[in-house]
Amino acid sequence: MILIFEQLLNGLQYGVMLFLLAAGLTLIFGIMGVINLAHGSLFMVGAYAGTYVAGVTGSFWLGLPAALLAAAATGLLVEALVVRRLYARDHLDQVLATFALILMFNQLITLGFGRQPVFTPLPAAFAGSVELLPGLPYPTYRLLIIATGLLVALGLYLLINRTRIGMLVRAGATNRDMVRALGVDIRLLYTLVFGLGALLAGLAGYMTGPISAVQVGMGEQILLATFVVVVVGGVGSIKGAFVAGIVLGVVDTMLRAFLPGMLRQVMPPSDADAIGLGIASMGIYLLMALVLLIRPKGLFSVGTGG
Amino acid sequence: MSILKVSKLVKRFGGLLATDDVSLTVEEGEIHALIGPNGAGKSTLINQLCGELRPDAGRILLGGRDITALSVPARVDLGLGRTFQVTSLLDDATCRENIAMAVQAREGLNFRIWDAVAGRARLWDQADAMLAGTPLAARSGTPVNDLSHGERKQLELLVALARKPRILLLDEPMAGLGHVESQEMIERLREIGAQTPMLLVEHDMEAVFALATRISVLVYGRIIASGSVAEIRENADVREAYLGAEDELC
Repeated sequence: MILIFEQLLNGLQYGVMLFLLAAGLTLIFGIMGVINLAHGSLFMVGAYAGTYVAGVTGSFWLGLPAALLAAAATGLLVEALVVRRLYARDHLDQVLATFALILMFNQLITLGFGRQPVFTPLPAAFAGSVELLPGLPYPTYRLLIIATGLLVALGLYLLINRTRIGMLVRAGATNRDMVRALGVDIRLLYTLVFGLGALLAGLAGYMTGPISAVQVGMGEQILLATFVVVVVGGVGSIKGAFVAGIVLGVVDTMLRAFLPGMLRQVMPPSDADAIGLGIASMGIYLLMALVLLIRPKGLFSVGTGG
Repeated sequence: MSILKVSKLVKRFGGLLATDDVSLTVEEGEIHALIGPNGAGKSTLINQLCGELRPDAGRILLGGRDITALSVPARVDLGLGRTFQVTSLLDDATCRENIAMAVQAREGLNFRIWDAVAGRARLWDQADAMLAGTPLAARSGTPVNDLSHGERKQLELLVALARKPRILLLDEPMAGLGHVESQEMIERLREIGAQTPMLLVEHDMEAVFALATRISVLVYGRIIASGSVAEIRENADVREAYLGAEDELC
């Protein structure tokens, strides 16, 4: 029981991480119609920039603004130099161009930091663990990630639903032509949304540093799952990204933690581990297929997208 | 001074001359109708006026100011309002929200992030004030998805008006309307036309003849005739080149 609760928390933590990435991706995809494969690179840039500054200054907290700034600045640069030229192109061009960006970012990071993974220090205040239930000590840092994710979710919710700029973002996701015809400079809106998405990706990248290795290619590992979250949640929907992120995070974690054990009851351990992990890594894709069968546009689809 | 003045506009697509030396004006208080058979280049012309397409030559002046090189949003800011041939609205938002979007855009507070709750309440009030006295007055809280086609056309017009344009470009506002809805729309356009000059692109001849103070006829990218309703009705070139079957004129 305690084990299940612990894995549930791990799933939640993975889920909010996916949400941080998916929120930006879904807005970029939903509003601008751009498939941005380089979103994972922004995640990586945030992680490296933050870790570097944290290493130099010796403070985890100084690394945080560095991560956000570096990711947002990189995002804005990428938007201005590359993505802006892709809005009117078809998806194949977008995939090719942003895939090229992945390769370039990976090489640049390799040049600067080498191939060895680097490690982000835990902030001192969150280095320990708390006993959530009797017999269940849980790392406070993971709780911090969960809290950060939920806080960002709340902030985004308020931004999207309660402010004027949020109204524009929603409108832009639903009907681009109309927003233009109202005299809104949609390019400025695009740049802003892209920057915000990059910032969140950087936040996710840096936060993930202390619990998993910061290395070249870290973005691509999580990007695939992020796209699944975007599709399941419904392109353009922040609410969808949140719900799908948490659900898929928990499902993925639970399957990985418990499926091999369950299969061991009915087959030899070595087979059970191999098959169990195999199925577990397919889990979220199976879930995606299922959701798309029932709701082809995802759980919370938004308008036509244009 | 003309509110809209188009002079010697040219647009080529490869070998096709889609806009051929087009000049026209829209004066204050005028409803200028632009008619022409399918493929005459009406949409190409409208798209150049709105800023979606760049002309190859010629100039477009809005209130005396050259807007030929300006972007779509910049033109809207200067007072160019439009509606689309296929209605363009936020389908899952309510009538009130659609208008509020336009009011907000007009106020130029597009990117003021923190003006949240109080500002929105005021926007709702302004939107409801615009809806009052129109056929949509009772539909303020209704999502666009639940509106009839005619109601959507009416709403799109209101959204364009909420931006307080100096001139309206209407791209087939009658398209797809039934007889009763058409009559309603003609009445609305007449009311609005008394305040705001219009360039009206329309196939529905009944509406054009009922509303227009002036008609220009576009054929193969070229304006072949321009004049009052009576003059266009009598014009032999128009009959031959455009209308073909004479009974369409009556």
